[in-house]
Amino acid sequence: MNENTKSKIFRILSILSPLSILLLWELLARLSVVDPRLVSCPSAILKTFVPLMMSGQLFYDSWVSIQRVFWGFIAGSLPGILLGMSMGLSPIVRSAVEPMIAATYPIPKLAIMPLILLLFGLGETSKIFTVAIGVFYLVVINTMAGVMGIDKIYLDVAKNFGASRKDFYLTVAFPGALPMIFAGLKLGMGMALILIVAAEMSAAKAGIGYMIWRSYDMFDIEQMFVALITLSILGYIFSIILDVVERWVLPWKQYS
Amino acid sequence: MKHSDSIIINNLNKTFYANNAKVSALQNINISIREGEFFCIVGPSGCGKTTLLRILAGLETATNGEVRIMSNDPNRPTNSMVFQEQSVFPWLTVLENVAYGLKLRKIPPKIRNEIASNFIHMIGLTKFKHAYPHQLSGGMKQRVSVARAFANDPEILLMDEPFGALDEQNRMILQQELLKIWETNNKTTIFITHSIDEALCLGDRVMIMTAHPGRVKSVVSIDLSRPRQLSDIRMLPHYNELFQAIWNSLREEVRVSQGKIT
Repeated sequence: MNENTKSKIFRILSILSPLSILLLWELLARLSVVDPRLVSCPSAILKTFVPLMMSGQLFYDSWVSIQRVFWGFIAGSLPGILLGMSMGLSPIVRSAVEPMIAATYPIPKLAIMPLILLLFGLGETSKIFTVAIGVFYLVVINTMAGVMGIDKIYLDVAKNFGASRKDFYLTVAFPGALPMIFAGLKLGMGMALILIVAAEMSAAKAGIGYMIWRSYDMFDIEQMFVALITLSILGYIFSIILDVVERWVLPWKQYS
Repeated sequence: MKHSDSIIINNLNKTFYANNAKVSALQNINISIREGEFFCIVGPSGCGKTTLLRILAGLETATNGEVRIMSNDPNRPTNSMVFQEQSVFPWLTVLENVAYGLKLRKIPPKIRNEIASNFIHMIGLTKFKHAYPHQLSGGMKQRVSVARAFANDPEILLMDEPFGALDEQNRMILQQELLKIWETNNKTTIFITHSIDEALCLGDRVMIMTAHPGRVKSVVSIDLSRPRQLSDIRMLPHYNELFQAIWNSLREEVRVSQGKIT
């Protein structure tokens, strides 16, 4: 078997295997081997998906969640990058801040959600803040590690060429840490999706998380699956966007 | 002090503290280097040559003593260093790397790109002007590093075994290229190497340092005419005499540094 046929077989397999799972699911539900009221089936989910999309309801809930994730992502990553760079460059800032980060990082962000609700109320701020805090930790830790991982020689070069404090940040620390910053942003994106769904389940009037909870309340399994599929699509789109931006701002990195 | 001196080092000492013990790295260094001179330093590994250069570069401070670099133009940076290891910024293109010092000095983009392009042309990398370092070979990266230092137009150039990590063929080509660029602007240069051949081929004088702690052992004048064609120089009988003179002085120090004589 030559390489060409091999790769063709692999490609067919990667399409065939999920399709057969869907087919099996449909079959088991139709034959009532599994309870279709609880696990539904692909055809019924599709039947719910189309009208939800047509009516605009699905887009509305998605858009609400996307906006919260976006602003939370910005609000968490910008301070994370700035503080992470300062911690990486300055031992003083590092020793002052790192213990606090290390002590509060292990607290699950979901555990402080009631506190966030008390502080910021039920409005948008509490959702955005929840996402922001999750993103912040991952970005600050990765950014600091990224700056500290920069080969010392580049700092020597900058110093030798008379770099100012600003030059150290802009010409060495930021570009040098950028690959790690992106690693943090990608982890943060996964965290943002977890947190937004959780936040919307407990206190929201719209959004994908709210949609899931509403489906649970109304025992609408099909709608719940539509929401789950939407989350998967959103996560995929977000990671593509981050990949595109990464390739655009990191032309000096080798990609295989 | 003669007017034409470019670098004066007076009674320079450098002491490190390691594990609560004083370690003397440099002891009583006295040199003056003329303006436009190509000054080579050889010495056994660990003799403090790099430390001396880093003090001149402002990357380390002397324990005591004085280092003076004469400045004719207050707008000009005092020194630029070419490092031994790979030091070209991976996130900048060849052009941006060469223009780095000029950018920090806020030279307008048009002018700094013109100056940088000129040096890139001299090192034969015009085709790679917009390439990133990961697309370049080791020799090409070191060329960029040399061009970056020259383009910054400093009072003096400091080179710390810039070709040490290259293979022999590449090293010989880069030595000739360095001479070519240097001969066009005659910048005062301190060049560290562990190769006697390299010191002889490039230098006006060669300073031999003692093994730990580093002191000035002797200074040999290289009275070979310029411009030099390195392949021809290596054939001269006088080259061999100078080589022997330096090696005789250095051999003993290398033995000391290896612990054979104490």
